[in-house]
Amino acid sequence: MNDRNSIIGKVDWPILLMYFALVIIGWLSIYSAGMSEGHHAIYDMSQFCGKQMMWIGIALAIGFVILILDAKLFDVFAYGVYAVVVFLLVVVLVYGKATNGATSWIDFGFFKFQPSEFAKLGTALAVASLLGKQDADLQQRKTRLMAYVFILAPAALVLLQHDAGSALVFASFIFLLYREGMPGAGAVMLLAVGAIVVFVLTILWSKTVMFIVLGSLFVLTLAYYLLNKKKGLWGMIAVYAFFFALVFFSEYAFYHVLDKHQRIRFEVLLGLNDDIQGAGYNLHQSKIAIGSGGFWGKGFLKGTQTKYDFVPEQHTDFIFCTIGEEGGFKGALVLILLYVGLLIRIIRVAERQRLTFSRVYGYAIAGIIFVHVAVNIGMTIGLVPVVGIPLPFLSYGGSSLLAFTIMLAIFVKQDANRLNILS
Amino acid sequence: MRNTNRNLVNRQYVIIGIFALVGVIYLIKLFSLQVLDKEWIDSADNNVLRYVTQYPARGKVFDRNGKLLVYNEAVYDLMVVPGEAKNIDTMEFCRLLNISRETFEERFTKAKDYSRIKASVFLAQISKEDYAHIAEILYRFPGFYFQMRTLRHYPNAIAAHTLGDIGEVNKDEMEADSYYKMGDYIGKSGIERFYEKELRGKKGLKVVMVDVHNREKGSYLDGALDSLPVPGKDIYLGLDADLQAYGEQLMHGKIGSIVAIEPKTGQILAFVTSPSYDPNLLVGRIRGENYTKLMVDPRKPLLNRAVRGTYPPGSTFKMVNGMIALQSGSIVPATQFHCNGQASQPIKCTHFHGSSPDLANAIENSCNPYFYEAFKTTINNPKFGGIKNGFDYWVQMTHKLGLGHCFDTDIPYELPGNIPTVEFYDKKYFGRWNSLTIRSLGIGQGEITVTPLQLANIAVIVANEGYYYPPHLIRAFGDSTAIPEKMTTRLETGVEARHCKVIKAGMQSVFEGAHGTARGSKIPGISAGGKTGTAQNPHGDNHSIFIAFAPVEDPQIALSIIIENGGYGSTWAAPIASLMMEKYIKGYTERPAVEERMMNGVINYSIKKKK
Repeated sequence: MNDRNSIIGKVDWPILLMYFALVIIGWLSIYSAGMSEGHHAIYDMSQFCGKQMMWIGIALAIGFVILILDAKLFDVFAYGVYAVVVFLLVVVLVYGKATNGATSWIDFGFFKFQPSEFAKLGTALAVASLLGKQDADLQQRKTRLMAYVFILAPAALVLLQHDAGSALVFASFIFLLYREGMPGAGAVMLLAVGAIVVFVLTILWSKTVMFIVLGSLFVLTLAYYLLNKKKGLWGMIAVYAFFFALVFFSEYAFYHVLDKHQRIRFEVLLGLNDDIQGAGYNLHQSKIAIGSGGFWGKGFLKGTQTKYDFVPEQHTDFIFCTIGEEGGFKGALVLILLYVGLLIRIIRVAERQRLTFSRVYGYAIAGIIFVHVAVNIGMTIGLVPVVGIPLPFLSYGGSSLLAFTIMLAIFVKQDANRLNILS
Repeated sequence: MRNTNRNLVNRQYVIIGIFALVGVIYLIKLFSLQVLDKEWIDSADNNVLRYVTQYPARGKVFDRNGKLLVYNEAVYDLMVVPGEAKNIDTMEFCRLLNISRETFEERFTKAKDYSRIKASVFLAQISKEDYAHIAEILYRFPGFYFQMRTLRHYPNAIAAHTLGDIGEVNKDEMEADSYYKMGDYIGKSGIERFYEKELRGKKGLKVVMVDVHNREKGSYLDGALDSLPVPGKDIYLGLDADLQAYGEQLMHGKIGSIVAIEPKTGQILAFVTSPSYDPNLLVGRIRGENYTKLMVDPRKPLLNRAVRGTYPPGSTFKMVNGMIALQSGSIVPATQFHCNGQASQPIKCTHFHGSSPDLANAIENSCNPYFYEAFKTTINNPKFGGIKNGFDYWVQMTHKLGLGHCFDTDIPYELPGNIPTVEFYDKKYFGRWNSLTIRSLGIGQGEITVTPLQLANIAVIVANEGYYYPPHLIRAFGDSTAIPEKMTTRLETGVEARHCKVIKAGMQSVFEGAHGTARGSKIPGISAGGKTGTAQNPHGDNHSIFIAFAPVEDPQIALSIIIENGGYGSTWAAPIASLMMEKYIKGYTERPAVEERMMNGVINYSIKKKK
């Protein structure tokens, strides 16, 4: 296993190449976004781009070490890693440093560390290890219960840090549960989409209108069921009851459960609040930057909106603005194709695994990357409320880059090792 | 778990489908945003948007009769966005603005340190004339532009401390409230500071497009994103501008203060502290220089003595002791105490009068032994069961009478004064003390200190026969929204009207009685009540103090006057008080000789060092 040539021959190069492409796009974008403070060399360590270069170096080194380690280690130590990250989440709750309203950092002085980035990795390993056990069976209540606990415990801890964005990412585990045949996972996905639609429409149209709309739909469906003597009548009624209850509680949740800043972000998204100096500032500036890119973009380093600090957090959560402005639609297209390509490749590679551990793990990281990308890009173009989570491999930040690199490297290692597994 | 179920294997396509679908949706949205929607491209394409803040007019300040006290004057600030200021011909620019090269570098660096892309003030408060001249060729200097501002102006040059001033926000103020940007103005003292949120209004925003030559190309999106500034609220003060000006004239050449209050409302009618200064001196570019001058003046003109001067109240405190003694049932109005004149023990009497006065008599003659005895009888009253309980009752009562604490209304920088407590004396005398130890309190000396504002409020309480409203400056907002409830809440002192009436009658005889200490300051045609005080001052000549109210039947004004180093209360304070009350009630005065003597009187300012 220490033979480098053998590992180079076995790794999945499409995944690695797409990874390199994303990391380099990120580095260049961070360089470009930092240009407002005058010209600096791309390796200037006092700038974000220079620091990002250091992080890329560290990430590559760690990734390489993972590739030459024994593949079985990750399954063996999965629960251990999980225990450590959960412990760190508790530590950060007690000692965390508040940044942007979320207490998610541990400050080591020279470097601030964000455990929630690694919590996703730990959870992916632990769930994969759980389902990879010989006696694991999602048809059984015991396995299901343990899977729930593994996923929801870190999610709850992250939520306690007021980091709603990172907590949302844990919802991505529904994809692997669905793939592994957990009963009801598909229904939950459909219900979730339905719930989002009902919630948004209720806030936009008011409760009364929604009751009328939903009521009419219910009468029509009921008539259809009764006339055609279809089965599952009670299930259908239960689903409607769920949506009715949702309409009833939507307004209450919107005005009393959500934090004020979360509510305002929803209002901005739905066009109910267009105060471009206050709450709507980020989204408005972000749209100007991306929209002004046109089809061909303004060219590398030629963006104006992302240079003049109009876009806040332009090197971290809003890095997509720089790509949209300087690369235009062409750049955005390339980036989205890269992400979708990477995700499909991960799924395809996951399916060729002989170990359940490796397959489940692949689905877990595909889900995590998907939610990150969808939420991050969605917020910059006004499809998702503004939630502070990074764009995988691109956003500035050591914790995020290291966590995603390690995540991916472990998967590539599992895949490189698949032929050594006797099936 | 083994991967054998074909149905489950096919689920990968559902998941891949979801990923691809979201990708397609995002690309459609991006296509519409970047390619179809021309609005964003129009606004970009080398045009940069400039966010021009629209400053609202700051609220004006009027006196109780609608006389203008503070208004705004337009000036122009030259703003700079350092990141856009490129290829500037510095020489020509400096010549245009008439500044030196060093000044330019220094200010430009300061602006750059604040932000390269946010505007900051480069040169503040340029006059209208210079503005017209400079604006004509400013387009040659990208990154620089004008912003209109308003300056405060004070037509009457009175009440500087009360009105306060405005100045540029500092770092702490910007951090505390994100409303403020560098170069904004904020109330720094007085009314300007306390009512900052009401006076400032709300800034508006105009989004304009500018081309590469820094020229405005019209409003962005037809002004859809613009918001109009909301002007600040006007404020009507309880202050009477004429009375205030008159008071400042009378105090000319003297150090001290006058506080006049309308008893029925608690509104302050005049708030004089002397020496004062012209508020116009602290406006605009001359502010810094003048401020330093005022700072180093040994007479401390910046100190608001009306609220920050603390003095022993002297004999004016006899009202307080009289009210507490009556209310606690320790004496009745007819109670007499023996006075042995200069030979009295333990406190001698400074006046000559009949040997055994009753309460009203004692007030008229300001008899020291009487009030020492009354104080002693109160705190030793058997009903309290011990001097410490008795003294504690006395402390509570003084607090209810508005002493020993701030009123916490809109009057800035109040000091609480001092009323000593049981704990204080326990500590000082190791628990062993009695009425003899603290006898000075009986005549308003010792550890007691009060502010002129608190003293004026004592006059209010007597005039009102037992209640007061917390003294405050505001009368109403221009838009007639309610003023804070605290200022319109009547406070009871716990002293009944029948007791106050006795004190009131005593104070009336100070003006009208045969021996009254202010009999020389009687106001023609108006019955007034008052009380002189002479506060011992370890640093120099005694302070002359007087509290008064008028007319006795229906008091419209109550006041306190302190003249530092002015000697007896009857020498300076009483005549000035009588003139103030006469002026307010009649609108004019009938005693030109007294008026002239008071206005021209100068009390040398001297600090005698303690030997």
